Amino acid sequence: MNTFDSKIPAGPIEKKWSTYKNNIRLVNPANKRNIDVIVVGTGLAGGAASAALAELGYNVKAFCFQDSPRRAHSIAAQGGINAAKNYQGDGDSIFRLFYDTIKGGDYRAREGNVYRLAEVSVNIIDQCVAQGVPFAREYGGLLDNRSFGGAQVSRTFYAKGQTGQQLLLGAYSAMSRQIGKGKIKMYKRHEMLDLVVIDGKARGIIARNLVTGKLERFSAHAVVVGSGGYGNVFFLSTNAMGSNVTAAWKIHKKGAYFANPCYTQIHPTCIPVSGEHQAKLTLMSESLRNDGRIWVPRKAEDSLAIREGKLKATDLKEEDRDYFLERRYPAFGNLVPRDVASRAAKERCDAGFGVNATGEAVYLDFASACERYGNEKVLASNISGATKEEILALGREVVKSKYGNLFQMYYKITDNDPYTTPMMIYPAVHYTMGGIWVDYNLMTTITGCYAIGEANFSEHGANRLGASALMQGLADGYFVLPYTIADYLADDIRTGKIPTDLQEFVDAENDVKGRIDQLMNIKGTKTVDYFHKRLGKVVWNKIGMSRDEEGLKWAITEIQNIRKEFYEDVRIPGIVEEYNPEIDKANRVADFLELGELMAIDALNRTESCGGHFREESQTEEGEAKRNDKDFAYVAAWEYTGNVSEPKLNKEELVFENIKLVERNYK
Amino acid sequence: MKLNLKIWRQKNANDKGQMVTYPIDGIDGDMSFLEMLDILNEELIIKGEDPVAFDHDCREGICGMCSLFINGEAHGPDRAVTTCQLHMRKFKDGETIFIEPWRAKAFPVIKDLIVDRSAFDRVMSAGGFVSVNTSGNTIDANSIPIPKHDADKAFEAATCIGCGACVASCKNSSAMLFVSAKVSQLALLPQGKVEAKDRVLNMVKMMDEEGFGNCTNTGACAVECPKEISLDNIARMNREYFGAMISAE
Ligand SMILES: Cc1cc2nc3c(=O)[nH]c(=O)nc-3n(C[C@H](O)[C@H](O)[C@H](O)COP(=O)(O)OP(=O)(O)OC[C@H]3O[C@@H](n4cnc5c(N)ncnc54)[C@H](O)[C@@H]3O)c2cc1C
Ligand code: SF4
Ligand code: FES
Repeated sequence: MNTFDSKIPAGPIEKKWSTYKNNIRLVNPANKRNIDVIVVGTGLAGGAASAALAELGYNVKAFCFQDSPRRAHSIAAQGGINAAKNYQGDGDSIFRLFYDTIKGGDYRAREGNVYRLAEVSVNIIDQCVAQGVPFAREYGGLLDNRSFGGAQVSRTFYAKGQTGQQLLLGAYSAMSRQIGKGKIKMYKRHEMLDLVVIDGKARGIIARNLVTGKLERFSAHAVVVGSGGYGNVFFLSTNAMGSNVTAAWKIHKKGAYFANPCYTQIHPTCIPVSGEHQAKLTLMSESLRNDGRIWVPRKAEDSLAIREGKLKATDLKEEDRDYFLERRYPAFGNLVPRDVASRAAKERCDAGFGVNATGEAVYLDFASACERYGNEKVLASNISGATKEEILALGREVVKSKYGNLFQMYYKITDNDPYTTPMMIYPAVHYTMGGIWVDYNLMTTITGCYAIGEANFSEHGANRLGASALMQGLADGYFVLPYTIADYLADDIRTGKIPTDLQEFVDAENDVKGRIDQLMNIKGTKTVDYFHKRLGKVVWNKIGMSRDEEGLKWAITEIQNIRKEFYEDVRIPGIVEEYNPEIDKANRVADFLELGELMAIDALNRTESCGGHFREESQTEEGEAKRNDKDFAYVAAWEYTGNVSEPKLNKEELVFENIKLVERNYK
Repeated sequence: MKLNLKIWRQKNANDKGQMVTYPIDGIDGDMSFLEMLDILNEELIIKGEDPVAFDHDCREGICGMCSLFINGEAHGPDRAVTTCQLHMRKFKDGETIFIEPWRAKAFPVIKDLIVDRSAFDRVMSAGGFVSVNTSGNTIDANSIPIPKHDADKAFEAATCIGCGACVASCKNSSAMLFVSAKVSQLALLPQGKVEAKDRVLNMVKMMDEEGFGNCTNTGACAVECPKEISLDNIARMNREYFGAMISAE
C-alpha cells in the first residue's frame, strides 16, 4: 500500500518541480527495455502517456474500448486548451494561471500540483505544434488565442471548435509511430474489468476482449489508469456513450481511495433535453458566451405563453427580457464561471421563467452580437446608408466565421436557425472533478498504480476552469508521469517478466467471470438502460446542481433500492463469449450504481458549498455559495471497506502557503 | 411515425448474413437515427431476441465510431453529417429504410453492422505522424510562423474523423480521401515537410497492402464524407507521391 501522503516536495513553489525532477531516480535505457507498463485509456492523458513512455523505451500495453485509440472521448472537446504563454502580452504568467486555477476551483485543490500544471502548460503548446497540430493562427502566422470561461487574459489556444480532436489526433499520431515500431502494443475493443495486485503492488489487469467476449490477462510492472471521468452516472451527460467509471471503480475496490466524488461540473450551455428517448446531451461550446447574451422573459406569463407555443422569443421587447447574469453579476456578466452560470439558469427555471416546452431552458441570444459586428463591418468597409437588415446580415457573417460549426450542429439537432432566433440552452453534466486520489507522483494509494487525466481528482478542486482539462490530461501524460513513474520503476529493473499464471491472476479472472455470470443468470424483465436511466434521474435531481440533507439521504436509500432491483431483474440477452455490448453496459451500470451512493455520501458529509457542490443549507443571503474553510479545507478521500454503503473517510488537509483564501466574488 | 426497417444481421465474421425486417412504431422526428435503433433494441431485448449491434460513441459527429449504410448512402441521406447526427425528420412516415454495414474487403464485418477498421490504424502507423519525441524540449511554438492560409488548409484536412465512409462509398473501396487528408495536413505544415516524401510513400504502400482499391476519380467519397474533406487533398497527395517517386529514383 502506498502511503496516504501527498508527497509535495519542500521548497518554494516555483522550484518544487524542477528540484524534485532533478533528484528522482531514473531508469537507464537498457533497463527500460525490460519493463512493461499498462496504460488503460488512450484519451489525451493515456494517449500522451503511452507515447511518451514508449519513446523513452518502456514496453507499453495500451487499452481502449473503442475500435481505435483515436476515438477516445477527448476527441469531443471543443473550446480550447489553456497555457501560460503570454503571447498576447496581456499580463498572463505561470503564477496567474496557477492563481486562477486555485481560485476557480474554490480553494479545494493542492497548490503544489496546480503550480506544476501551470508550469508545464507552456511546453504543451510547443509539443503539439511540433507534432503538426493545426492551431488557429493570426494573419501574421503566429498562434491566435481567445479568452475562455471568464478568464481575464487570452490564454486559450484553439483549433476552431475542434480543439480536442486536433490534440487527440496529435497524441494518436505519436502513439501510431510507436505502434509501428512495436513499442506500444495496442489492445482496442478491450475493457479493463479488474486490477491484479501481487504483494501489495499493481502488476496487471483482467480485460474483456469485446469482440470475442473472452477474458484475457495482462501483466506489467506498473498500471496507469487514464480512463476518463464518471459523468455518465447521470445517464444523460455530454460524455460519450461508452464513458464509464469501471476501471477507476475497480482499482478503488482494490484499495485506491476515491476523492471528492461529489464534485461534478454542470456546464451551463448544452442543448436542452427534448424527450424521454434521449440518449445523450450535446454541448454548445462555452466560447459562445463571449458573444451570446443569456436571458429569460421578465414576466412569468410570457414564459408560460412561450412554453405553450403562443409567443416567440423574438416577439419580446428589450424591457420584457431579463438578462439575469448581467443583472446579478455586473462585473463578469455572461462570462461568470460555469457553476455560477448553471445555478443561475436553474434558479430562473425553477422560479417558473424557463422556456422551451419543458420549461427547462434559457435563451442564448446572438442578436446584439450580430448588430455590433455588423456595425463594425459597416464602419470598416465604409458602407453608407445600410439598412438594419443589411447590418445584421453582415454581422451574421462574422458570427458564422467564429461559430459556424457549432451553429450548424445546433441546427441539425434542433431544426432551429440560431442566426435568426435565439438558441435555447440548459445546464448538463460535463466533467467530474472528483476521481481517484493520487499523490504528487500521480500514484494512487495502491503501490505501482497510477491515475491520470480526468480519472484522477487532482488539479481542479471543486470546479474546473474552461480549457483546463485538456491541459491537465496532456501535462499528466507527456510531462509529469514519465518522470515520476521512473522513480518507482527503478526498483523493478531486475524483476523480469511477470507471469500471468500466478494465483493472483487466476483469482482475479475468476472474480470477473463470477460477476459476469451472476449478471447473465438474473434473466429478469428490464433492460440495463432502464436501470441506468432511473439512477441518472436520482443523481441529477438530488446530487446535481443543488443538494440538501433530506434529498441526499433519500438518494442513498433510493440508489440502494435500484441496485437491489438491478441484481434481481436485469435482463442481458445472448451469451458471454460473443460480441455482446449489453454485458459491457451491465458491467458499467453495476459500478455506477455503487459510485452514485458514494457521491451522495460525500455530498452529505460536506455541509459547506464550494464550486460545483452547492448545499442549500450553506448559502449567503443573496443565494450565493458559502464556503466553510475552517471545517472543510480538505480533500475527502474515501476508502473501500468491503461494504459499499460504509466507506471510510480519510482527510488530506489542504495547506495554502502562496494564495490567500478569499470569497469567490464575481459581482 | 411508423417505419419498416430492413437490417443486415450477421452473427459473426464467419456467418453468411442476411437482411431481416423489423417494423417499428412511435418514432418522432426529433429523435436521432441511433436513438431510433436504441428503441428497436430495447424492444428486441424484452422480446428475448438478439439486439442489433452497431458502433457508436460520442454521438456528436466527431469520434468517427458510428457508420451505417442507410438507403444506399454512407451516413444516410443528409449531407455533412454522421449517422449519429442524422435525425428522423429526414424520413417519411411509412418509409422502408435499408440499413447495412460498410462494405469493403479491407473492412471485414465483426457482427451485424459493425466492421473492423483496423486497416486505417495500420496505414497511420506507416507514416501518419511527425517524428518528434514528446520530451518537452521542442522549440517555442511561435518560432516558426505559418501563413494563416496554410494553417487553415491543414486544419481542414485534419478534421477527418476516420469513419471510413469514403471507402464504403467508393466502388473500388479506395481509401484515397482518408490517406490524402493526413498526407495533406502534414505536407502543408513546415513541421511535416521534413519527412513528407517517406510519409507519402510509406502510407500509400500500406494502403495498397491492406487491400484498399485504386482511385478512379469518381468523387463519390467526397460527396458522402461527413466532414466535407475536399478532393483537392487527393490531387495534392498525387503530386506529393509522384514527386517522391521521382526523387526516390
Ligand atoms: C463535449 C465536451 C467538451 C469539452 N471541451 C473541453 C474543452 O474545450 N477544453 C478542455 O480543457 N476540456 C474540455 N472537456 C473536458 C475534456 O475533454 C476531458 O476532461 C478530457 O478529454 C479527458 O481526457 P482523458 O484522457 O482523461 O479521458 P478520455 O478522453 O475520456 O479517455 C478515456 C479513455 O479510457 C478508455 N477506457 C475507459 N474505460 C476503460 C476500461 N474500463 N477499459 C479500457 N479502456 C477504458 C477509453 O477507451 C478512452 O480511450 C470537454 C468535455 C466534453 C464532454
Ligand atoms: S475522409 Fe471523410 S469519409 Fe473518409 S474517413 Fe475521413 S471523414 Fe470519414
Ligand atoms: S458516434 Fe461519434 S461520430 Fe457518430
